[in-house]
Amino acid sequence: MILARKFYSSKMKGLLVLTALFVAVFGKKTFEGDQVLRITAKNEAQIFLLKELSEQEHLGLDFWREPVHESLPVDVYVPFHSLQAVRVFLRYNQIQYNVMIMDVQDLLDDEEREMVKYRTIPRSTDDFVYTAYHDLNSIYSFMDMLVAENSNLVSKIVIGQSYENRPLNVLKFSTGANRPGIWFDTGIHSREWVTQASGIWFAKKIVTDYGRDPVLTDILNNYDIFLEIVTNPDGFAYTHSRDRMWRKTRKPNSGSSCVGVDPNRNWDAGFGGGGSSSNPCTETYRGPSAHSEPEVKAIVDFVKSHGKLKAFVSIHSYSQMLLYPYGYTSTPAKDKAELHELAKKAIASLQSLYNTRYTYGSIITTIYQASGGTIDWTYNQGIKYSYTFELRDTGRYGFLLPADQIIPTAEETWLALMAIMEHTRNNPY
Amino acid sequence: MASTGDLEPTHYPARRAAQVALHYLNTHHGSPFRVFGLQQVHKASAEDVAAGGRKYKLDFSVTDWGSGSAGPALRCSADVLFPRTERHSAPEVQLHCEALHQINSTAQEEDAFYQKYISPDSTVSARDIPDSFGNMSEEMQPFWRLARVAASFIMLRESSENTEFNMAKVASVTQQESSEEQLMLEFVVLLHDFPSQEIVQWKLLASWSPDRGVRVLQTEWQPRCPHATKPPN
Repeated sequence: MILARKFYSSKMKGLLVLTALFVAVFGKKTFEGDQVLRITAKNEAQIFLLKELSEQEHLGLDFWREPVHESLPVDVYVPFHSLQAVRVFLRYNQIQYNVMIMDVQDLLDDEEREMVKYRTIPRSTDDFVYTAYHDLNSIYSFMDMLVAENSNLVSKIVIGQSYENRPLNVLKFSTGANRPGIWFDTGIHSREWVTQASGIWFAKKIVTDYGRDPVLTDILNNYDIFLEIVTNPDGFAYTHSRDRMWRKTRKPNSGSSCVGVDPNRNWDAGFGGGGSSSNPCTETYRGPSAHSEPEVKAIVDFVKSHGKLKAFVSIHSYSQMLLYPYGYTSTPAKDKAELHELAKKAIASLQSLYNTRYTYGSIITTIYQASGGTIDWTYNQGIKYSYTFELRDTGRYGFLLPADQIIPTAEETWLALMAIMEHTRNNPY
Repeated sequence: MASTGDLEPTHYPARRAAQVALHYLNTHHGSPFRVFGLQQVHKASAEDVAAGGRKYKLDFSVTDWGSGSAGPALRCSADVLFPRTERHSAPEVQLHCEALHQINSTAQEEDAFYQKYISPDSTVSARDIPDSFGNMSEEMQPFWRLARVAASFIMLRESSENTEFNMAKVASVTQQESSEEQLMLEFVVLLHDFPSQEIVQWKLLASWSPDRGVRVLQTEWQPRCPHATKPPN
């Protein structure tokens, strides 16, 4: 493709070019405009040239990976004042390179911002950073701190173990025994990060408002609230460690190399029907049988043994919707009229805060047919006020919602949840 | 399952058709400083057509993501025809938006962006835009928008009544050597299809200049895991 030149003569020319373009070194205060280049030498001659380059001390280069052999990339930190010269040198000698880091100061600023958020390991839930996304350990620590700080109000129940043996933790907010209950879960689909983040905020909101907000106080004096923040911890850990877009559980499927079951297609409500898949390599794989996933079975067992849950809300993202049963059939739910009215009211409350537009309706008419879904099952168990949320946004950032939207999302959603809880409280059954 | 006649504007049949119209709008009017998003569907209806296929008539509003939340909504109407053929073929769109040419011009920003990156030394290369936390640097925003516009060509082509595509993220952008005074960018994008919940990966080569707009020269579906066999459709 490109003719090789005799490297001695080009070496001399190259260095002359460099020297001609050399600019005096200034003292550096910031790293603005500095870059890190990844260079791919294609032969020994180019490696030789790069070694020569590395000896030009006035350029202030720092080789993170030295030129050794043409099969290995060469990474070099280039201060801004040398950038032009180095680029010309590389182009002149037809040495290929990519910019790995476009602006080191930008990267440091980003890291600084992230680090400031994590600068102190929070020692209390007042220290905790609600405006950032956290990993599983941080969230589990948060739960323990919340319980420790509010032991009269909050306790932690472990309802089971995930496939990879992580505890399935549920926070119980209770002011007395034998109460009917209200359930919220977030993070059943692990990539929907704004939901777990909102769940953390809800937990803190409850302990803050109990005794201060009359409506919530009245609710908690009559109902227990159960909140499972990380409903799919294996999936969540995987979104941090390997694949940010992971949705399902992490259980292997026998006879397939594909992992995981969609926990929102695994419930015994229209299980196996349209809107779920029989192929383990798909995102909506329903699993080998209803409740085959321990993450789902744990909730099923909890709901059945509790026996007195009166509202059940399962929280997802994205698309800004509030949905009620059914997803597996177009037969309207018996309580459709009431559920529809309540959804309308809840959405009006939500919208009142930041004017965020939500759509509402039954799952099957509004979003798509989906069988084996959570709230179809809970509704069929007799939990009338069964709802699913799809939080922000509507597709611009989708799953990768910027962290500065966590609190606004949680705040507005909370208003809708309060509307649902209040209606439940006022309409006992 | 499909309905004919007046449609509930907020429900999925109308919304999917509107999203197709949006992809069409972006392929024609998108730029590094302009990407349109659906704000609201006002009215929608659908009917079967003689040649086989279903035609949707839509009345909807869009906003420009490039102008932040301050941007005004534009009113649009569109006919979207989903053909019924043995093998998938792209929907056909006719679209009209009011006042499209009255929205704030981005000519200055486009020129500055073009001048900055058309230089032969420019070799932009970046990954994960936005990152896992939704962060995107200022510098990368026009590249994200370009990817979103280029991805709209693919999303438009691949759409049916059973899909609803968004761009989940830009996995990578690598600037290629400029050609015929066009910025040449190779993107790898992840698309998210709502009904199937699948993440679909596409590599594409796009060109852009203020004069010629965005063109997509090559597209290639890429498997995301070793066990995926063939693309949807």
